[in-house]
Amino acid sequence: MSHQGYVGRRLPKADAKDKVTGRAAYINDVARPGMLHAKILYSAQPHALIKRIDTSKARRLPGVRAVITGEDIPDIPLGFKQDNRPLKKGKVRSTRDEIAAVAAIDPEVAAEAIDLIEVEYEPLPTVFSPEEALADGAPLIHESDARGKPNKSNKLKLPWRLNCGDVELGRAQSKYIAQGTYRTTWVSHCCLGTSGVIAEFDLKRNLTMYSVTQIPFLAQNDYLGALRAMGLSDSAVRVKCQTIGGGFGSKLDTHCYEFIAILLANATGKPVKIQFTREEEFLAQATRQPTVMEISQGCDHQGKLTFREVHMLLDNGAYTSWGATTPSVMMVPISSLYQVPNVHFVAESVYTNNLYAQAMRGYGNPQATFAVESNIDQLAEEAGFDPLEFRLLNANQSNTLTPQEFKITTCGASDCLEEVKKGLGWQAHKKAKAQGKNKSAEKACGVGVASLIHVGGGARVYRSDGTGMIMKLDDFGKLKVFTGAVEIGQGIETVLSQMVADSVGVRIEDVDIVAHDTDICPWDVGTHASRQAFVTGNAACHCGRALRSKVFELAAAQMEVEPEDLDMRESVIFVREAPEADGERVPLAQRGDSLPLAKVLRKAHFAKQGEMVVAETFYDPPNEMLDKEFKGNLSCSWAFGATGVEVEVDLKTGHVTILKYLAAHDVGKALNPMLLEGQIYGAAVMGTGFALSEEVKLNQGRVVNGNFLDYKLLTALDKVPVTPAIVETLDSAGPFGAKGVGESGCVPVAPAIANAIYDAIGVRLSDLPMTPEAVLAALKERFPDA
Amino acid sequence: MRQVIEFELNGQEVSAAVTGGQTLLDLLRDEFELYGVKEGCGAGECGACTVIVDGLALTACIFPAREVEGASVTTIEGLASAQGELHPIQESFVNQGAVQCGFCTPGNVLSAKALLDENPSPSEEEIRVAIAGNLCRCTGYTQIVEAIQDAAGRKS
Repeated sequence: MSHQGYVGRRLPKADAKDKVTGRAAYINDVARPGMLHAKILYSAQPHALIKRIDTSKARRLPGVRAVITGEDIPDIPLGFKQDNRPLKKGKVRSTRDEIAAVAAIDPEVAAEAIDLIEVEYEPLPTVFSPEEALADGAPLIHESDARGKPNKSNKLKLPWRLNCGDVELGRAQSKYIAQGTYRTTWVSHCCLGTSGVIAEFDLKRNLTMYSVTQIPFLAQNDYLGALRAMGLSDSAVRVKCQTIGGGFGSKLDTHCYEFIAILLANATGKPVKIQFTREEEFLAQATRQPTVMEISQGCDHQGKLTFREVHMLLDNGAYTSWGATTPSVMMVPISSLYQVPNVHFVAESVYTNNLYAQAMRGYGNPQATFAVESNIDQLAEEAGFDPLEFRLLNANQSNTLTPQEFKITTCGASDCLEEVKKGLGWQAHKKAKAQGKNKSAEKACGVGVASLIHVGGGARVYRSDGTGMIMKLDDFGKLKVFTGAVEIGQGIETVLSQMVADSVGVRIEDVDIVAHDTDICPWDVGTHASRQAFVTGNAACHCGRALRSKVFELAAAQMEVEPEDLDMRESVIFVREAPEADGERVPLAQRGDSLPLAKVLRKAHFAKQGEMVVAETFYDPPNEMLDKEFKGNLSCSWAFGATGVEVEVDLKTGHVTILKYLAAHDVGKALNPMLLEGQIYGAAVMGTGFALSEEVKLNQGRVVNGNFLDYKLLTALDKVPVTPAIVETLDSAGPFGAKGVGESGCVPVAPAIANAIYDAIGVRLSDLPMTPEAVLAALKERFPDA
Repeated sequence: MRQVIEFELNGQEVSAAVTGGQTLLDLLRDEFELYGVKEGCGAGECGACTVIVDGLALTACIFPAREVEGASVTTIEGLASAQGELHPIQESFVNQGAVQCGFCTPGNVLSAKALLDENPSPSEEEIRVAIAGNLCRCTGYTQIVEAIQDAAGRKS
């Protein structure tokens, strides 16, 4: 490792210049020679038998090259429970069900052909809530599971059950208990770049996917599975990620449209592109997992938490993507946010005729934290504590073991709460409120806080949590770094360049990241769980060390010193000024001698029996897979934070304005403060949208607001005045001390705002989003005479 | 029916045969291969396709192509020099961390340019109004606003 100081600097994003000039090529901008365009027909019914599909008119339309339905394709089971198919056969279960697809010479012809497909449905009884789906006599969404075993109910065979300590004992020991029921809804990722793909076979039947996936190597595996089902067992798959117009978890699963493109490319022998419209993006990109959460918590007379019990019901929609697995991360705050000895958590997913859900920034953590942190405020009030002091009293601490057996090594939880207290003027506000100075006839102000715990060192949710890296030096001292990491806008390529430059001792201008191609780059599990800076950073440290040793061996021979006498900074290799103790070893004459890296490399290359310098590593963090009881150290580093907000509630309109927003994060080490702040700002606004305005509205399973006029994404006018406070705890497991941060900022926003609204108006909102209508309705219910 | 129109595109006189239903976005992307004009919604709601027509920032995805007859059109490709020297607004976007996934970036830069050409030292509120039609899912807008303030500061 070299102390050049690239790490920690506010360096601009490596790809920013391409992006500000419009040169960056997104999937929307990419074409292949001879490429066809495909469109998909979605179901008109939320639950129905398909009695007949007539594609004859579509096939006859000039310019159409292929039309396929579920009848024309092999069985390709998709999704976590293998209950989905690229095109549905015989029956549809939601209005997002893909039932036919057309490949044509342009998108307009494909769309016209889609309109010519005639489908006759026989409607079936529907269920649009998990409660209905569990009722006696509810129609079965899936008659059997993936293995063909008949289903008795709409309940998924996926029980999530965590038991730590003795909740009944904890309840008995409680002086105060608070309970509540909280609900969150469907939220769309709203990536500005809509989803798209190009599937292309070569004449050896090998497949290339021009893709936007966040998981190129897992996607490759999924595509290989499809090819096997198509009888192409010997085919290889190459995934080439394009510039990605936003991820946030939306590209963490492989989706039906990708397999439809493969099937059409196979049927036509041509590259086939599918590019979603915005309407399709709302309909056919799976959402954040909606929840119904019942929670109770208790504390003793000193305010120490005694137990926490959470029961959740999850609307799984009609098929199973990652949404059904979000309880694995919901468990993190439920078991381990604050020190709580006894925990019980049960979650059940239920099939309905609604949209299905997947991963979205925080992977269930924002939903669970909404319940936990809203309820913590209820409990603090019950017990007569200031909500912030109550949190400090119970805050996580360094070197502790949580009930779910997470090993917390470094922990800045209390520091983050103190930052909020100070930055928000917590005490001054409370004093003003005590004097009734926080409200007028029209407006009321309040402050609220919520904390977070999230995985900070990756998470072993797959057998390997690893990442490979190859470093290759050329004759001119340029360093190519091959990584499986995917850049989705977060800045990993920039932060990785900084860490590589400092690890190896080269100039950052000489570092070039090569990524986004499964043929060239080593395996990586994916861009998820806020893991990339952590895992690729550690890989860079390991790989950089190996590369330096090789360089020093070559240079030592050339300079006639020992390799351990050498150091390298800014791509110059030099003989160390030897310390007193072993000062004898390096002859005085050589101290401070130096050679440019490029010169050493060329001399080594063009010598007799020359050699080139390449190093590789595979770093898999020491994270544990959760065991059968869902316990184990999921992540070798844990991220903490606290968000505090001051809101103003308009009592006439119900509108909530955020006056102050303090986001304190224990990030271990700020690798690039400017990009870090970008993550915090962006997550804060995404979290505020989740809290106040965003909802994919469904009516009888149909999306009724699939556009940006009706789906309320925050705009620049909805100012969220975020002040980041960075707490550095320097985690020894992390590269340069860093922990992950990508998702964290999104986690505590909704409860912080809900708690502030409560502080302002004395009304607790328990359903998201907390729209002006909802705030007004809650005010009316609470104060009917006002 | 095709109609030949003439207009100025990024400082050059050009002509094109357009149809009545063709949008400016399709004309710029399909005919002139200006892929910096991004389509995020196709309905004039997200601002990713923002271009400047006679000094006004507007959404090309719902603007009829034939309406640019005789007008001056600037896309993101018209800002930097051919040698890659950035416009000050672009430079500020790069240096202030205003770019993440980048899909909304060309639109935001052009809305900023239309603003600063008209009002060289806008208030924060004026900046926020100018980019209110440019949705961004990554940045939370803070660093975009800071970049525009920075560009205004350096120009004045």
